[in-house]
Amino acid sequence: MKILTGNDLRSGAVTWWNGTGWSLFVDDAVDVGDDAEEILAREEAARRVNVPYAIEATIDAGGHVRPAHIKDRVRALGPTVRRDLAVPTADKTGWDWVI
Amino acid sequence: MYKYDQYDQAMVDARVEEFRDQARRRLEGKLTEDQFKPLRLMNGLYLQLHAYMLRVAIPYGTLNSRQMEALADIAEKYDRGYGHFTTRQNIQYNWIKLEDAADILADLATVEMHAIQTSGNCIRNISADHFAGAAADEIIDPRPYAELMRQWSSFHPEFTYLPRKFKIAVIGSETDRAAMRLHDIGIRIVRRASDSGAEVGAQFFAGGGMGRTPMIAPLIRDFVPLDQLITYAEACLRVYNRYGRRDNKYKARIKILVHELGAAEYTRQVEEEFAHMLSVGVEPPHEELARIAEYFAPPAFVDGPKTLDRSDPDFALWVDRNTHRHKHDAYVSAVISLKPAGGIPGDATADQMRLMARLAKQYSFDELRVMHTQNVLLPHVRIADLHAVWTALEEAGLGSPNMDTIEDIIACPGLDYCSLANARSIPLAQRISERFAQSGRTEIVGELKLKISGCINACGHHHAGHIGILGVDKKGTENYQLSLGGSEAEDVSLAKITGPGFDEDGVIAAVEKVTDVYLAARADGERFLDTYRRIGMEPFKEALYGA
Repeated sequence: MKILTGNDLRSGAVTWWNGTGWSLFVDDAVDVGDDAEEILAREEAARRVNVPYAIEATIDAGGHVRPAHIKDRVRALGPTVRRDLAVPTADKTGWDWVI
Repeated sequence: MYKYDQYDQAMVDARVEEFRDQARRRLEGKLTEDQFKPLRLMNGLYLQLHAYMLRVAIPYGTLNSRQMEALADIAEKYDRGYGHFTTRQNIQYNWIKLEDAADILADLATVEMHAIQTSGNCIRNISADHFAGAAADEIIDPRPYAELMRQWSSFHPEFTYLPRKFKIAVIGSETDRAAMRLHDIGIRIVRRASDSGAEVGAQFFAGGGMGRTPMIAPLIRDFVPLDQLITYAEACLRVYNRYGRRDNKYKARIKILVHELGAAEYTRQVEEEFAHMLSVGVEPPHEELARIAEYFAPPAFVDGPKTLDRSDPDFALWVDRNTHRHKHDAYVSAVISLKPAGGIPGDATADQMRLMARLAKQYSFDELRVMHTQNVLLPHVRIADLHAVWTALEEAGLGSPNMDTIEDIIACPGLDYCSLANARSIPLAQRISERFAQSGRTEIVGELKLKISGCINACGHHHAGHIGILGVDKKGTENYQLSLGGSEAEDVSLAKITGPGFDEDGVIAAVEKVTDVYLAARADGERFLDTYRRIGMEPFKEALYGA
């Protein structure tokens, strides 16, 4: 699947396109199919996101969204060395899938 | 230390307001990211993996307690309670909001600090020997010259859009504690005999650097009179600015120009430009250097005990490891380790910063230094006060006795924070330091400088590590190249890759293996680096990869 991510313009926080807006939680990301470029252009122009881009991802057996590249997996939760600062998540598998 | 005059303060205040307007226009959509990016970078504001990152300049690593307290306040008020001290003697905040950035710069300006020229293709923060003004082996205090160069390079209109970033280091000792020859320009202040007794001048080295093409800067001039220091630096920059490559960012650093021209031809061109510049008269008046130098007059040292009670073995170990000989025999310089075993190299909490500020105020003439090794220094501590300092540091988790040991690891932020990184650096540092601390091998191994970078840009100085580790992306997974034999000191050398890379567990095991080879082969008094240089790479390769 193809999902969209970027950083919030004001806060810089990592965000994920959920179909209607930008979420802090990677599990909210939706498959954008062939619409990536159109959504990216529209959202960046509207200043709802900074430097957005499309990435490959999969959905695991538990229904969780898993970015394909390690860099985006680290972005999804936060620094692996400061898990106390992680993005809150209901994902019970925690950090197992990041690295 | 230097204090801003009205011109310094006015420039910094004006820059804050200029950036406030730029940030406002970005937030209102009047500037695109492409338009705004170079403006924010000129003010040290990056966009990293998780948020904006602000890099604050600490000129030649020197700051006072009021400034350190301000850094602590910023960590708490605008970030997440901590900051990261870097190999450029700066501090970075990892969780900055764009809407707060101008307010942070305004707060910094109230304590004579800023983030100007901590990014972009300009002359970056001038670095220097962190023991400047304190070290027993110092010939000349380099800080007045570093400050003069800071003032010359700040907002220099000709050097605001160089082909690439430009880093300068200044030292005043034979011993190199600033990786001087791995800078674009390295300057060593020297004294030589003359008809009038002795004269002071500067050796210039040009074209060094790390990154994807590491090079050691060759000596291009053995003696530049100090009243021509800025003129000669300007000539070096002018030749680079004119002929440095702008078509390929990977070949745009001065090291490539010096390498491709050859040191002799580059030097010839610099000398030609220098002769011309002398006729133009760009050198600041001597009175300006004298004015600056007054700020760096030695503090009022007092005599006192020269020995201490070593009955506490933990204290004695810390004294042996973390203190450095001072030019006044009743004082030492004391290294505050930001490398607790298993910790994140260079990170300090706001409370730890405040403690360091308090100790500086109480025990070190209100002065602190950020070291390029990502530690902090109290430059002037009376031997009589040393136990009190150590006790306070121990209580705050800042008393690790590990300077220059395998636990004193330099590590860049790596893939945990940095958008350029290919692999994580910090977890390796944590696991290696923890493993050696727990096994008790740190002291057995002795001096061993381990440096880790998460990408080819080499912010973790891996080329200069006795052991260097470079993280790479191998088909989407982290992989680590091991290298041996580097040094950033006066015996400067570049590390050589051992062979195929390792995964995370594998590279940690590899570090243990190479230290085993060293321990088995070392002669009396040899450091790891000495043994490596004597026996060569082969025994290490054999241990790592088999025959």
